Amino acid sequence: MEADHVDRLRHEGRIVIVGASLAGLRAAETLRAEGFTGSLTMIGDEPYEPYDRPPLSKAVLLGKASPHHTELPHRREIDATWRLGVAATGLDLTAKRVRLADGDEVEYDRVLIATGVRARPWPKEAEAGLDGVFVLRTRDDATALYQRLKSGPRRVFVIGAGFAGSEIASACREMGIAVTVAERAGAPLVGALGGTIGAVAAELQLENGVDLRTRVTVTELEGDSVGRVRAVHLSDESVIEADVVVVSLGSLYNTEWLNGSGLGAGPRGVACDAGCRAFDFRGIVTDDVFVAGDVARSPHPLFGYQFLALEHWGNAVAQAETAAHNMISAGAERRPHMWMPAFWSSQFGVNIKSVGVPPMGDQLMVTQGSLAERRFIAVYGHRGRMVAAVSFDNTRWLEFYQRQIERGAPFPVEFPTMDRRPEGRKPVAADFPDPSLPTHGPTVTLSGFSPTDRQLVFTPAHH
Amino acid sequence: MTQASLMRQITDFANRANPYPLYEELRKTPVLHEEEDGPYVFSSYWDIEALLHDPRVSSDAANLTAAGADELSKPEETGLPPSFIRLDPPEHDRLRRITNSAFGPPHKPRRIDSMRGELADIVTGLIDGFGDARQIDLVDQFAYPFPVTVICRLLGVPREDEPKFRGWVDPVVASLDPDTRRDADAEFRKTAQEARMQLGMYLSSLVEQRTKEPQDDMLSDLVSSHGPDGAMTMMEVLSTSLLLLIAGHETTVNLITNGMLTLLRYPDILARLRDDPGLSANIVEELLRFEPPVQIVPQRSTIADIEVRGVTIPKGSRIWLVLGAGNRDPERFSDPERFDPDRGDIQHLGFGSGVHSCFGAPLARLETQIALTELARRLDGPRLVEDPPPYRQNAVLRGPRHLNIAFDALR
Repeated sequence: MEADHVDRLRHEGRIVIVGASLAGLRAAETLRAEGFTGSLTMIGDEPYEPYDRPPLSKAVLLGKASPHHTELPHRREIDATWRLGVAATGLDLTAKRVRLADGDEVEYDRVLIATGVRARPWPKEAEAGLDGVFVLRTRDDATALYQRLKSGPRRVFVIGAGFAGSEIASACREMGIAVTVAERAGAPLVGALGGTIGAVAAELQLENGVDLRTRVTVTELEGDSVGRVRAVHLSDESVIEADVVVVSLGSLYNTEWLNGSGLGAGPRGVACDAGCRAFDFRGIVTDDVFVAGDVARSPHPLFGYQFLALEHWGNAVAQAETAAHNMISAGAERRPHMWMPAFWSSQFGVNIKSVGVPPMGDQLMVTQGSLAERRFIAVYGHRGRMVAAVSFDNTRWLEFYQRQIERGAPFPVEFPTMDRRPEGRKPVAADFPDPSLPTHGPTVTLSGFSPTDRQLVFTPAHH
Repeated sequence: MTQASLMRQITDFANRANPYPLYEELRKTPVLHEEEDGPYVFSSYWDIEALLHDPRVSSDAANLTAAGADELSKPEETGLPPSFIRLDPPEHDRLRRITNSAFGPPHKPRRIDSMRGELADIVTGLIDGFGDARQIDLVDQFAYPFPVTVICRLLGVPREDEPKFRGWVDPVVASLDPDTRRDADAEFRKTAQEARMQLGMYLSSLVEQRTKEPQDDMLSDLVSSHGPDGAMTMMEVLSTSLLLLIAGHETTVNLITNGMLTLLRYPDILARLRDDPGLSANIVEELLRFEPPVQIVPQRSTIADIEVRGVTIPKGSRIWLVLGAGNRDPERFSDPERFDPDRGDIQHLGFGSGVHSCFGAPLARLETQIALTELARRLDGPRLVEDPPPYRQNAVLRGPRHLNIAFDALR
């Protein structure tokens, strides 16, 4: 029965992919590669074919790459109907239709949600609308910001020292532009890597001439009479003149279009099982709605079955491939998505890479190199296990640590390693901020639903 | 009949021309330890790959010596401090970084690529030098002289000194072959020692000269590096130059020779290369998988107990990584015994991996791509005179001693 159904789906089915970026494209290619011959529709709210984002905060800002030439290479023809420049506005699980902003509806047999995330805007709308205030997520954002940086601003102000904010600050310094970075936490990269490593990132910024302000928040963006931003007010009452402000406060999940659909979707993404099948709001797995990429939150057996949402390039590709495979496979042939979280960044000439889930770690050990030299590997531990590792200019060893994490190696790290310094013999606190305090930018979000997301009223049965 | 131990068979010259059946046998025991104080031998792709990234595996000459000697892994006898290939981080990283700032990105992104024209000229000159001969020894007449000339240009050895320089390099390189060394007579040892001294003196005078008058060459960059890592000492410059000279040598000779041998065994691919030079990049990658010049990495030791496939390798053990076997591991590559430049997935171990991954890889690639493309283009009707050709003794740096090729005409 099921085999017949899957067979028909493979040959005559209608598959709709909502989200025409990295995950959407790779899923489409996988569907075709695995023999899907039915109709395929790609829906994307941006007017562009899928493009690559990592260069936008690096090479593009430096003018080393054109924002218009970061298209993702196509691995194969996907023969799809493209609906670009039109957002999806709703999902009808019963009628199996995706509603579009232009009023159209697209029917599906299976749908893949790959709508990703968007930049979190500055919350005060009037201030966000000032000329000179930017976010950086899309190609258009990058083009606009690059143009402005090229015109020689006197000072750029970056709100938020996560990975993106730090990369933007790095690009500014490389171009010789004065830059101030403000961060609510005590150091840059704290949400992703904790305070101990964040302190290294702070030194890196200071040494490269960044005016770094920590433990402050921005209270107001001040404009001039013609609506251009001119100064930034901070919670410590200082005022800094700047003619460009980049808001880099992490991201928001693109799930609003699913409101009322009955899916388990909310401000922390769309919950799905390890096979990429979405949960409905009751926690029941669907069989024709799949999720992949930044917007997906799925349980990971290596990390205590916590639901992880990963804003990682490699994860988007791998999850899309698994989702696509499972969309056109019968139960027993389905695969779980067991991705080792991995992330990299390049800033101030340093290559930073992490594997595993650093924010899960409460302690860390520098097993190779030294924090002072800013060339090291640090291992994160949680409940006696290695859960993550990060390298600064030391990428080539990371694979070893990934394997240790996969096998649940013990923490503290007792075995000798080459280039272990005295500082690396004892674990120290990883120093992550209290998770209940808002900070942006962990690239791995560990989360259940926020209590405020509650959609189901839970009534315990009477005894 | 008693079967010789597998380790003995690896070093046995009888297996040199085709070690691959032996490697297949070897892979059946992925962690091989045949003699009490002998090395642990690894032959599966994934194990080798993991050990190359393992911070409990050392390349340090001191740890190696402490782990005891074996017949493949004697340290170089240069009389100089160990080069970075025999060091662990952080010393390794420092020297390699300084060397790299003279060689590749980000400081010298175009140094190798800008040599393209020069490499082509050297190749053309060597092929023109075949003259009217219709049979050549590819090793002596092409694959051997090519890399010395290249390294001379790269380091900044003046052209007029090249013959002199080569006269010293040849015996030094030959004396580094452990098997040659074992069999060498007193005369040979004396010649090699003399050449080593002459070469050292020549290089130090060159270094001194470049310290005073820097030019656009690697030696000048090495002596004048003032980056965050500081400068190299004179001795470090010498041992690094000697490393570049030797490592860049044996390997490229064998890569080019193995390459031409393989192409002559797969004439359809040779014909495709003749029509489409663009294929050379893939051919070279597949060659590095199929016939890697470095077959074994024998100079590693463990600084901790390491568990591989349930076997504990005790701290202080020597290990051999048989790259040539890992490269044909069916767990990793489909149809591994077939030479197939159309393979999409050629993540070979030919250049090693991890922090010691081949420093000269970009140059070796370019040299071999140009060499094979030009040989394919210019030799009309090339064929092997004998197959297999005579091999050199060395099991680690494996390749033919001679490769006689006949052809109908030179284009």
